[in-house]
This record gives sequence, structure tokens and C-alpha cells, in this order.
Amino acid sequence: MIATSVKAKINGLPVEVPVGTSILEAARSVQVEIPTLCKHRDLMPTAACGLCIVKVSNSRRLPRACATAIEEGMEVWTHDAELTRVRRTTLELILSNHPNACLTCGRNGDCELQGMAADFGIRQDCIPRYVRELEPDTSTGSIVMDFSKCIKCGRCIEVCQEKQNVWALSFLQRGIQTRMAPAGDISLSESPCIRCGQCSAHCPTGAIVENDETATVWEALRDPDKYCTVQIAPSVRVALGEAFGYPPGTDLTGKIYAVLRRLGFKAVFDTTFAADLTIIEEASEFVQRFVHGKGELPLITSCCPAWVDFMEKRYSDFLPNFSTAKSPQQMLGVMAKTYFAEQEGIDPARIYQVSVMPCTAKKYELERTDEMFASGHQDVDVVLTTRELARMIKQSGIAFKELADQEADSVLGTYSGAGVIFGATGGVMEAALRTAYHRITGKNLEKEAIDILPVRGLEGVRSATLNVAGNEVRVAVAHGLNHVETLLNQVRAARERNEEPPYHFIEVMACPGGCIGGGGQPYGVCDELRKQRIQGLMQSDAAMPLRFSHENPEIQTLYRDFLGEPLGEKAHKLLHTRYAARAAYKR
Amino acid sequence: MYKLRKIRFSYLIWETFCMNASALAPMETMDPELRGMVERCLQEWEGREGNLIMILHEIQNRHGFVPREASLFLAEAMGIPMARIYEVLTFYHYFKLIAPGKHNLTVCNGTACYLKGSGRLLTELERRLSIKDGETTEDRMFHMESVRCIGCCGMAPAMVVDQKTFGKVAVTDVAGMIERIRLQEESDA
Repeated sequence: MIATSVKAKINGLPVEVPVGTSILEAARSVQVEIPTLCKHRDLMPTAACGLCIVKVSNSRRLPRACATAIEEGMEVWTHDAELTRVRRTTLELILSNHPNACLTCGRNGDCELQGMAADFGIRQDCIPRYVRELEPDTSTGSIVMDFSKCIKCGRCIEVCQEKQNVWALSFLQRGIQTRMAPAGDISLSESPCIRCGQCSAHCPTGAIVENDETATVWEALRDPDKYCTVQIAPSVRVALGEAFGYPPGTDLTGKIYAVLRRLGFKAVFDTTFAADLTIIEEASEFVQRFVHGKGELPLITSCCPAWVDFMEKRYSDFLPNFSTAKSPQQMLGVMAKTYFAEQEGIDPARIYQVSVMPCTAKKYELERTDEMFASGHQDVDVVLTTRELARMIKQSGIAFKELADQEADSVLGTYSGAGVIFGATGGVMEAALRTAYHRITGKNLEKEAIDILPVRGLEGVRSATLNVAGNEVRVAVAHGLNHVETLLNQVRAARERNEEPPYHFIEVMACPGGCIGGGGQPYGVCDELRKQRIQGLMQSDAAMPLRFSHENPEIQTLYRDFLGEPLGEKAHKLLHTRYAARAAYKR
Repeated sequence: MYKLRKIRFSYLIWETFCMNASALAPMETMDPELRGMVERCLQEWEGREGNLIMILHEIQNRHGFVPREASLFLAEAMGIPMARIYEVLTFYHYFKLIAPGKHNLTVCNGTACYLKGSGRLLTELERRLSIKDGETTEDRMFHMESVRCIGCCGMAPAMVVDQKTFGKVAVTDVAGMIERIRLQEESDA
């Protein structure tokens, strides 16, 4: 019989863990935290930093706990005077290649390297500093890559190549010359980078951070000629609280509305409203393709700008499959500068639309194509990530936690539970199916069937077959771009054989977990945290009386008074976009 | 590890891509002669394990360096990310990404050669050619550089002159090496 678990001792404490568990993981099971800077819970160990060394029985070597599996009968010591001394020296060596620029760094106060230096009580520079000065890469407008702050842990490369399958970043050269960069001497914007920002979410230092645009927003808020409006994405509400000490997944919608008004925004909208709008358009598109046979199947979701960029660069044979519906952010932007402006009698040129997103790629989406200017102006003027909003609130001197809840402004603020779950992987699919079911059968899903459980969860690819009025609807959900290829290859194979597609509807989100795990969310993401944030959204959905996008009264009014029919001429002009094949490498 | 996909040419897809002006922009400028050469290298090593590095060697041997378009072409044809190709190209000092001088003088600076005095060979070359390590003479005739181990430690210190390896090189040999090339060039002219 093959043993499935091993028994060992860590610091004298007995542990029993599955075979193959690393010493690092095994130690966590007995509440022992071994310091590490390169191992991330999402990623394979790179054994680069050398901080997680431990002592094991019968060996004089100091193996790295992240990359060494615990063995039967092994005795491990994780902390003693010698280990601390060696770790300290290792840390000093890392610091000797790192600029002493914490006070002006984007990660100041929230940096793993800084935290480690604090924990080890480093009080002086023991080793002469050698820092390789290279110009920061600001070319994407979404993320800023400053190589001088890189500690060569390899997380960004692991996440870019293996988790996201983007391969924009690579380790070039070797030894002291090693640097992370796109292939050849090109900027990130000329590379296959899709600006998902997962590198910034996984970087332990300030080497990759979001492009901070808080100053631009402050300036706009102080400008008396501008009428500043704001929207917040579904996933922001369950993550922002982490920056203020709330447990992950706490829904702070009401407080966020309140703080945004205090910051000076004249109208507070909710992207979740536009998520409902997206669903109306996308579900109509699905029905048109599925029931009336107009257009390619599977229909593929397009609300994730990083995924759109990836598809345009890598899978341009799927252009006709993409939903032409704009993302909720862009839909809200255009509605604010047309419908809202008209209703309130404000010159749309004066409206300055800020959106708070979990995402760095959203910064790119603003000027993606001409359709992002459908209102006659730039529909959304600037994007702040969740991290940037947290920073603005802290700067403002507003006691966020003490604020009383408020409501959003009513024209573009009411939303359904279906819109809320947009922020989680599978959420767009679920929301669209709820409405598509209604469109096809003329009635709503039964109360107990509203939660479409097979599309929920955190597995990389999930598929389900649903029965809609006797029709088989095959759907699939993928998140984390490394999972997309298998799915699309299945579709390609069926296409080559002239068979019916294996799926009718596919949802893709670039970031693992969907938007709640976005590249602009508070740091420290791992599956545990993703689950908590998703849980927060699901609870908010379940607690809402309104759970179908098509029942949102404001959406109904909007179509009746302004847009006309879903997929109609006006809706098409304002709410839809186009895609084009792009070169992965510009040079 | 990234598994090398079997080399596969799908000219249909290829041509469709090339027709789309925005897609694959950098490859449009690829010289047909270079493209033919890269295709031949690919065919030669088709389906063999670990062929990327051999193909890159072949391209450099025939072309003098590995142009960016050639890497982009390989990435597409072999299904290997461009990033991985550049990781290989920049890891080994041997590979050149820009056109070198007509004649290459390479000094091995690996541990064995270093201990056997490769530094003196470098200094002598720098003095004789009036260029620094990694530079090319103004007339583009000579390019000199030091590389990490070329795998000839038994012959340390070693030099590679135009793909020919010389072992146990003495400082006094250097002037002769340069002179022979110059004379050859003059007689060819």
C-alpha cells in the first residue's frame, strides 16, 4: 500500500500532511510561518530568495522549505540563532541591491520586503549598496515597472508566463545582469502585455505597481468647471475594506457611496447598474445567436479588457464570437454623458467621469477604440484601482469606518443581484443565463434555481449543461488565462470537423477568481482570500430582493425613455464596440 | 518545462496573418533571403528535442547574428513564446542580436580560461584593435568580445576566431591572428 500522508516533526510539534507537501506548507499547518520573499501561495516555488532555509535531521545542508517536500520521520527546525543569522545576512544581501527609497515608493507601508526588514530589525546598511539603475517602464499607462526595485524573485514572470500564459515578461541575461523585461529591448506596450496587472498583485516590492492617477483625480475634484461623477465596480465593494482592517469579503457599498460624496463627487453611480445593462444586451445577443441562429456560437463574453486584448493578439480567429456589448464601465460612462447629462441638464463636456475598478487593464480600455468616445466625449475620463481609492480616502482625512451608509444616485445607481456577481468568476455567465432564460421561456427561473451552482467555484475551467425550455444550453467558464487555450481548442477542433460547437456560451475573465482577484485590488491575494471576496458578493446577491437584470426598474425606464430596444439602433451606437486583430509584438 | 511543439508550417494561416496589416507587423519587413535561410534551418532540425538552441546556432553561424525578425518567425513557426527565445538568446553570451563585425574574435572568460590568463588576451586585443570588449572596429572589420565558458576548459585559455577554436593561446599569438586576417582581406580585395 502506498502511503498518502507523511508524519514528521516541526520544531518538536508533530505534523501529518499529504505526501509531497513542502516543509513551508507543513509548517503553516502547525502555525509556524517560515519567512519567504519569493514563494507566493498562488505560484510554484522558484527557490530564489533563500530566506526559507531550515534545518532537517540527518543533514548538514540548509534546504529551502518552499522547494523541499517533507519526508516521513523528518525532524525540522525552522527558527534558531544560526538560521536567523543566515537569513539576516541573506536579507542584507537582497537589500544591498535594493534602493533605499521606501519613502517615495508606491509600496511604502504595504511592501513585503520592507516588512521583512522591519521584522528582522535591520537598522543599518551592512553591505555596500549596488543598485542597477534602469529607466522605469511607464509605457502601458496601466502599470509602472521599475527594475531597480526588483529582487529577482521571479513571481511576476511565473504569473505572466504560467498563470496567465501571456509571456510578456521574461528573465533576460543572467547573473548580476539579470532583469525582468519583455523579449528584447522593447517597452511593455510594444510587447504581448495585456495590462492585467497580475504581476503587480504578486510583486513583493515596488518594482511593479499600478500607474497612480490619484493626483489627476484630486485636480479634477478641485476644478470648479468640472462636474465630477464616479462609478464603482461590483468587486471593489468587497475588497476595499481590507485596506481599512475589515475582513475580506465585507460588503461596504453604502460606506463607499458616502465617502465618494465626501471626496467631492457630485454624482455617485454604480457600475453594477451598467452590469445589468450589459446583461440585457449580451443576453439578447445570446438569444439572437442561439434561438434565431444569427451570428457565431459560442458567444464569448467581452467585459474583461485584458481578455479582449489577449484575444485580439492571440485568438483573432474568435473575433466573430465575441460579444459586441461594451463592458459595464464603458456603458456607464456613455450613459452618464448622454442620458444622465440630458436628464439633469448638464453639458456633457463638463462631466468628468472617474471609475473605481479592481483592474489595471481598465485604464487601457478608456481609449481602446473610437467606440469608447460614443458620447462625443471620452466616455470615462480616468480609472482608479481599488488600491488608489484606498490611498485617496486615507489622504482625505475622512474617518471611513465611522461613515453612515448612503445610497447611490438614482438614475444610474439601482442594481440587481445579478449585476453584483459580475465581480466573481462565473458571475457574468450566471447573470446572463438568468436573463436569457427569461428571454427564451418568458418566465423567470424558480427561486431555488436562481443560483446556478455549476458555474460557481474556483476550478480553472467549469462547464455545465442547462435545460432551457427543452433546449440544451452548454456553457463554460474560464478564469486565469492559462485555462483559455484548452477551451478554445475544443471549439476549434469542432469547427474544423464542421461539428456543432461544444459550448454555446463561454465566459472568460483574465484574472484568477475574476475581478475580485483583479490586478488593482488590495495586496495579498490567494485562493483563500478570493473565496472570501466571492462569498461576500454571493451573500449580497442572495440578500437582494431584485435578482434579475431585466427586472431592474431603472434599466426598464432607460430602455423605455432613452435607448429603445435592446440591440436596437441607439443601443448599438452607444453600447457596442468592435474588435480587430493586433500584433502581439509591435516590433 | 515548456514543451517544444512539433514544427509545423501552416502557410494558409501564415499568409492570412501577413495579409492583415496590423497583425505581425515586424515580420513584414523580413528579408526573403533571411526567411528562406531560417526555414531551411527549421527543416534541418525539425522534430528533434532541444532543437531551439541548435536552430539559433545555425542562424547565427549563417547570418552572423540572430535578427529579431528571425526570432519572431521562429516563435510563430515553432509555437514557442518569443519571451522564451529571448531568455535563451540573452542567457548565452555567444548569441548576438545585432550585426557584428566581419571577423569575430571571441575570448573565453570562463573560470578555467580566466585562471589561465584570458584577461591578458583581452587587454592585448583591446590594445591592438583600439576597441573595448563587446565593440566593433570603425571599419566593421573586427568585433571582439569575451564570453563565459565555451566548453574547452582543457585548452584554456581559449579563443574562437571566426568559428575556429584556438587553445592554449599566448599573448604573443594575438598580433599574428589579427595580421593574418588583414592580409587575407587585402589579397581578397
